[in-house]
This record gives sequence, structure tokens and C-alpha cells, in this order.
Amino acid sequence: MQLTLEFGGGLELLCDSVKIHNINVDPQDGEKQLTMKNLLSWVCTNVIKERPEMFMKGDSVRPGVLVLVNDTDWELSGQLETVLEEKDNVVFISTLHGG
Amino acid sequence: MESNGVEASRIRQEIDSLNANKRNIEQQISALEAQLHQLEVNSNAVCTSSFSNGDLGSSNGLSPDMIYRYSRHLLLPSFGVQGQANLLKSSVLVIGAGGLGSPALLYLAACGVGRIGIVDHDVVELNNLQRQIIHTEAYIGKSKVESAAAACRSINSSTQIVEHKEAFRTSNALEIVSKYDVVVDATDNAPSRYMINDCCVVLGKPLISGAALGLEGQLTVYNYNGGPCYRCLFPTPPPTNACQRCADSGVLGVVPGVIGCLQALEAIKVASLVGEPLSGRMLLLDALSGRIRNVKLRGRSLQCEACGDHAVLTRQTFSDFDYAKFTQTPLSTGPLTLNLLTPDDRISSTEYSKKVAEGEAHVLVDVRPAHHYKIVSLPNSRNIPLSTLEGRLSEISAALEEEAKRRTLDGGSSASLFVICRRGNDSQRAVQLLHTLGFTSAKDIIGGLESWSHNVDPKFPTY
Ligand SMILES: [Zn+2]
Repeated sequence: MQLTLEFGGGLELLCDSVKIHNINVDPQDGEKQLTMKNLLSWVCTNVIKERPEMFMKGDSVRPGVLVLVNDTDWELSGQLETVLEEKDNVVFISTLHGG
Repeated sequence: MESNGVEASRIRQEIDSLNANKRNIEQQISALEAQLHQLEVNSNAVCTSSFSNGDLGSSNGLSPDMIYRYSRHLLLPSFGVQGQANLLKSSVLVIGAGGLGSPALLYLAACGVGRIGIVDHDVVELNNLQRQIIHTEAYIGKSKVESAAAACRSINSSTQIVEHKEAFRTSNALEIVSKYDVVVDATDNAPSRYMINDCCVVLGKPLISGAALGLEGQLTVYNYNGGPCYRCLFPTPPPTNACQRCADSGVLGVVPGVIGCLQALEAIKVASLVGEPLSGRMLLLDALSGRIRNVKLRGRSLQCEACGDHAVLTRQTFSDFDYAKFTQTPLSTGPLTLNLLTPDDRISSTEYSKKVAEGEAHVLVDVRPAHHYKIVSLPNSRNIPLSTLEGRLSEISAALEEEAKRRTLDGGSSASLFVICRRGNDSQRAVQLLHTLGFTSAKDIIGGLESWSHNVDPKFPTY
């Protein structure tokens, strides 16, 4: 399954300062669907290069990170249970405080 | 030759005489214009009283000066007289007169908001001017609120500007915010953002929230018309090391400029009751790629501790809440000062300068990131960024050996190892790391290069 991942608000610093990642990831053995929960652990292993604690906390993202699936807050699509589809766009963005 | 000179002199005299006539005519025109203006004002007043239901801009409460000043707003069919009248009756509080607040205030003053409040406790510094465009060099060292208020007044003397020259705290927040219709959060730290949100929830004020860092910006409207608040989105504060500051990470001046302008736009929409404010949505600006995305956010959370159905937030709980503790970040924007080492493992910048003057054999490692080192560095230092330190220990060993050899020290004594950074925090982290890796004599220079500049060499640049 082809997905586009985007990192922003400083989270790109955890993956070699690359903001956009075109990835190919398939559901795990025995599962038909790829959920956000699956994707997060895949991202943590395959995309995040340093300080994983700045990205994850427990099995979800750390506080202060907004997750958007196709430009919509993942709270509206079922958070970790969101089922991903071919060509979906997933954005991880850290909230900014500067001004 | 002589006749030429006479001719030139005659022409000059004629020019002078014509100029005198011209000045005389201009004065007569000005006087007549003033007379005409006065007649028009009087006749308008007559119109107002005799045609109170007329459609000549007479019943809308806008004076001739206002009609002229705001004519481009009045000409907008979707904004018009009603939008402007609403704006003139409204009040907006801008918290923070920095990178976001500067452009927001300039537009809010220009557009005809009735009353504008400005909160800030800071003074203008030279390194603010790259982005805080409301301030000028003449105000360096003076209050940001005074500077911003003067700029707003010089744009629009008919807008009332209220100066709040104080830090925004739980002790004064309710009193200040209660006097305004709309709040613009133009602050630069996490505890202030939670505090301002909660204060707006308690008082039922819409909150225009903007943030910018590096080359990215974010904008949304909280607590508006049943939409979510800041805590609905971020119930738990982020870890402290996730909160980067402009003073550490940098920011391209125009980025907060763009977001601040958009904050003014949202404030104008909310205050004038025109358009569709950015509630339940967030605008994300990526300046580097030139992309702006508008994303859909969750609605108000029923479980929200500030605005949820079972929230216990009141004026009292707000006043008692410790926002610095909650976010583990001090409310003041001053830099962090760590104290990780014992005094024996540290040395002041003046002591270090004595050792340099005395010619003590030593190696100075500067652990700042490479792009900081490029800005300015001490001539005898070598740059090994903290993030790469562990992998470059052999370089330090080699440098120490070489220094000992160069100074022809006998086998028994070795060169000292000093570590420096910008402000003396990373240098302590580096010394801790070096101690565990066998470099037990490593010492950190207290206060870093800033202390060097303040206490040893005032010509050494700070940034
Ligand atoms: Zn809420």
C-alpha cells in the first residue's frame, strides 16, 4: 500500500530533516487492513532515526503531536483504529509555541 | 559674454517673481478649500438631522472622516457599513507585542477596531527588529507596549489604545481579558498558551491563536461558537524538550509576519461578524515549500478539562492553577539555566581568560551545532557539536596529546580540557558525558560565550 507521510513542526528533525516520505507498507501477516496503530509502529521502526520518545508515547503519538489523515484530525476517523487506504496522506505535526 | 550675464540675471528675477505669485495663488486656493470643507461639514450635519432615515451614510453612525478613512472597507459588499460599524464598536486584546503581535497590531489599529489592548512586559531589543516590525531603533531599551502603542496611535488616532505594561499572569488575566471582546494569543511559550486558553474559556471569549517557529506557522480560532478550545486538542502538555524557542531555533521574520497578519484577519472577522472564522480548522504554513494547508480539527471534547461537560474550571480554579508547573516550563521567556555539575567541574569565563593569558596548556571544545559555530567562535576553539561528541572522542584525545607536546609538557602532566557553548547548558551536558567516558578533568565554562562577551570581551558578538 502506497502512503505519503509528512512530518512538520520540528518532527522532521527526528527523520534526517526529511519532511515528505513516500512509503510502501502492507498489512501485517494475517491481517487484512492497515490501521494507524500498525502504521505508527512501522514508522517508529523504519522512518524515525533518533529520539523515538519525541514521537511516540506508549502505543500512540506523544502529547503535542497532531495527526491528520487526508487533512483531517485522526480523532474524527477513529485515532489508532483508523483504517488506511491506498494513496492516503498522513501528517504528523508538532504544535508550535513560538511567536 | 556681458550681455549673456545680464540676460541670465533678468531670467532669474522673472522666475523669482513668478514663484512668488505661485505661492500667493496656492495660499488663496488653500484658504478657499478650507472654506469649502467647512461648508460641506455643516451641510452634512444638516442632512443628518433632516434625513435621518436616508441612505447617504447618515444613519450608520460613521462620521465623514470615518467614511473617508474606511471607504475601501465600506465599498466591500460583504463587509460594508455594518461590518465596519461592528468593528468600531469592538475591542481586541493582543497578548504579546513580538513577532506575531507586531503585524497583528498594525492591521488592527489601521482597520478601525474601537479599542485595542496590548499586553507585554518586555523591552525592545536590537535582535527583535528582524521580525517585530512594529518597533523601531529609537525604541531599543524601551517598553514594547509603549513602542507598539505609539505606532498604533500614529496610524489611527481615533482608535483607543490601552497599555498593559505587565506580564500576563493568573493574577491579572481575568481582570484584563474581561474588558475585551476578542483575544489574540501572540505569545511564545506553552504555559502562556494554556493560561490564555483557560482564561478565555472561563470568560467566554473567542481566542485567535497563532504560532510560528523556524519556517513554519500555525493558526486557528479556539473557543468560538461551540468549537474546540486549546485543551480539547492538547489535553496534555508536550514534554519540555519538544518546545523549541525562536531564541534557540531561529525564525524567518516574515513567517510570524504572515501568521500575525492572518490573526488580525481572523480577529476582524470575529469582531465584525463577517465571514467564517477558522474555528474547528487549522491553517498550517510551510514557508520553505510555499504551501498552506487547511485541515479539519476535532470538535469540542466533552471530556475537556477546560470546556467539557464536566469541566470544573472556574475563576477561582483558574487563579489557583500553576501553569508553569503544569507545563514544566517557566512563564518568563528567559533562557533556561541548568546546574548539572559541582563547582569543581566548572570555571568562570574570567578565570578561563586568565588561564589563556598565562598560557596554560589546554584544549577548548565548543559543543554548539555547526551553524552556530559559523556565526562566531573563540579563535582557539574546535567545534565538536554535542550530538556528535560521543563518536569524536579520539579527536579530543589527539588534540590533548598534541597540545601537551606543543607545550613540551613532560609525560607526567597533561593539557586541560575546557568545554564551552552558547549559554552554558549544553557545555554541562557535554562535561557530564565526557566524565563518564574517561575525560574526568573536563570542565565547563559557566555561562558560555554569552558570559565571555559580558565579562571578558564586550566586543565579542552575542546572538
Ligand atoms: Zn476544551
